[in-house]
Amino acid sequence: MRKKKKQDWETGENRFMQVSKPVNMVLSIFFIILALCCFVPFLFVVIISFTDQTSIFKNGYQFFPEKCTLDAYITLFENGASLINAIFISVLVTVAGTMMGVLLNALMGYVLSRKNFALRKAYTMLVFIPMLFNGGLTASYLVNTQLLNLRNSIWALILPVAVNSFYIIVFRTFFTSTVPEELIESAKMDGASQLRIFFKVVIPISLPAMATIGLFLSFAYWNDWQNALLYVVGDQKLWPLQYMLMRIEKDIMFLADNPYLSDMTMAAMRQNLPEDGIRMALVVITVTPIALIYPFFQKYFISGLTVGAVKG
Amino acid sequence: MRKKGKERGHGTTPRKRKKFRRDDLELFLISLPTVIWYILFAYIPMMGVVLAFKNYRLVQGKGFFGSLFASDWAGLKNFEFLFVRGDFLAIIGRTVGYNLIFIILQMVVPVALAIMISLLLNKRLSKICQTAMFFPHFMSWVVASYFVFAFLSTDNGLITRFLHSIGIDYNFYGKDANSIWPFLLVFLNQWKTVGYNMVVYLAAVTGLDRTYYEAAMIDGATKWQQIKEVTIPLLKPTIIIMGIMAIGGIIKSDFGLFYQATKNSAALYPSTMTLDVYIFNALTQNNNINMSAAASFFQSIVGFVTILLANGIVRKIEPENSFF
Repeated sequence: MRKKKKQDWETGENRFMQVSKPVNMVLSIFFIILALCCFVPFLFVVIISFTDQTSIFKNGYQFFPEKCTLDAYITLFENGASLINAIFISVLVTVAGTMMGVLLNALMGYVLSRKNFALRKAYTMLVFIPMLFNGGLTASYLVNTQLLNLRNSIWALILPVAVNSFYIIVFRTFFTSTVPEELIESAKMDGASQLRIFFKVVIPISLPAMATIGLFLSFAYWNDWQNALLYVVGDQKLWPLQYMLMRIEKDIMFLADNPYLSDMTMAAMRQNLPEDGIRMALVVITVTPIALIYPFFQKYFISGLTVGAVKG
Repeated sequence: MRKKGKERGHGTTPRKRKKFRRDDLELFLISLPTVIWYILFAYIPMMGVVLAFKNYRLVQGKGFFGSLFASDWAGLKNFEFLFVRGDFLAIIGRTVGYNLIFIILQMVVPVALAIMISLLLNKRLSKICQTAMFFPHFMSWVVASYFVFAFLSTDNGLITRFLHSIGIDYNFYGKDANSIWPFLLVFLNQWKTVGYNMVVYLAAVTGLDRTYYEAAMIDGATKWQQIKEVTIPLLKPTIIIMGIMAIGGIIKSDFGLFYQATKNSAALYPSTMTLDVYIFNALTQNNNINMSAAASFFQSIVGFVTILLANGIVRKIEPENSFF
């Protein structure tokens, strides 16, 4: 396949479509610079996380630090009970949320793809209306805290993110276009229940869709900080990595904004604040899983988009 | 949607007017959890829009609905407060203004980049660049704000220190920086979205019918002429539709960008306070539920109208691409 493509590319006809060598050179350099702009900030943060605190005091953050050290990481893991806990919360929320979300969205997508379902129209509206209109942040906040009692509960990090009309439409489109009707009909003839059909027939042939939505969901959970900011501020045991980062930032800003605090409070707060290297190490720990994973799954993100664009 | 109409026209429904069969019951049951989710997390909050017209107080022991019914009607008072305070109009203007800039850039920059990257001879390099440019899309604004901080931090930031070394003391999170943040915000928005949008447009560019190019080449068109006369005209409908769809969200702002990337620095509010930041601050910091409910309501209604408008316009020009 690849070989054929290459040949095709080298045939004379195609060469006319190519740009000249100098233009290609300029474009290449341009895109290399752009690519660096997108990636270098992360690299910079990695470097800072390995920089010795004394050289930071002296020179600020630098791409080529005077002295390197592993101190930040060692400190983090030696007395980092709160860090381990934050990692645990982030992983737990991501894994549990993704599994739950895939299931809830896929089930609804499957039900919407059944043409004979008596409530199909009503359900389509049910899923569709929230894409146009929502109650806004204030109403959601009050409902979640005062009606559902989600404040300081792990569910506040999981439930609000789990279901999304866009994901459901992706599933519905996928099921309508790729799962043959005959397969489901024949399973039904054999007396299988819909639940059984879903798990034994539909899921095994729908792994691409599951993977796509699973990825969307897991990135959404791992990167979510708004729900933590709204609902679990009061319970440190429930802070995910993203919120821990926010909290540290907030304390830094507080110190910077209030230069008139008494020296005692300042000193006490500074002591509680992790050093620059440690903060950046925390960022590195948060970003690394994503940075390692996404290049391999990039195509799913694009395919998910195009699937969702098809209307049924 | 049109497809549906066709089905109805042909009357192909296998069974006649449906009764609630066993099959329906099973489908109803397996989708019940999701339906409950929708009721709890989408539809009850939707009813919560009445909050905007209430003087809401949480009554101990009465719960949310009890308190909602028990609290007094406020009429339009909440909105009066909102609009009498002069800055609400400025906040709306800022939200819409930033979005207009973002939308225009989004219609130009990623398209140009997609066309340019499709010209690269080295496909491997092209793939690597795409992957690298996709990276910011996967970063949360919390993480991105640390990236920004590494350069702009008041004590140690690379740029701050550099300015200091040439004799300029500049605080990027202070009052004076208000003149520079609008540009920074636009830059950050582009930084985060451009790679992703470029890849989306690239799919459109590579999907274009090659015969057009062959015809153009036979006519002796240069590469530049091909881009101008073939690629751009063919992409134009997609670009316009994406732009109009984006206008549907013109009253919503990217909360993370304006709140988190700027570290919610109060000194920067004159350039960063958009509607979402305002609603959030009114709710959590000032504890002013009524104001934030009124602003939320305003955003929901205007958002709804703009989506309908945008969709209506798209349906006029390109019915196949309309959202519904």
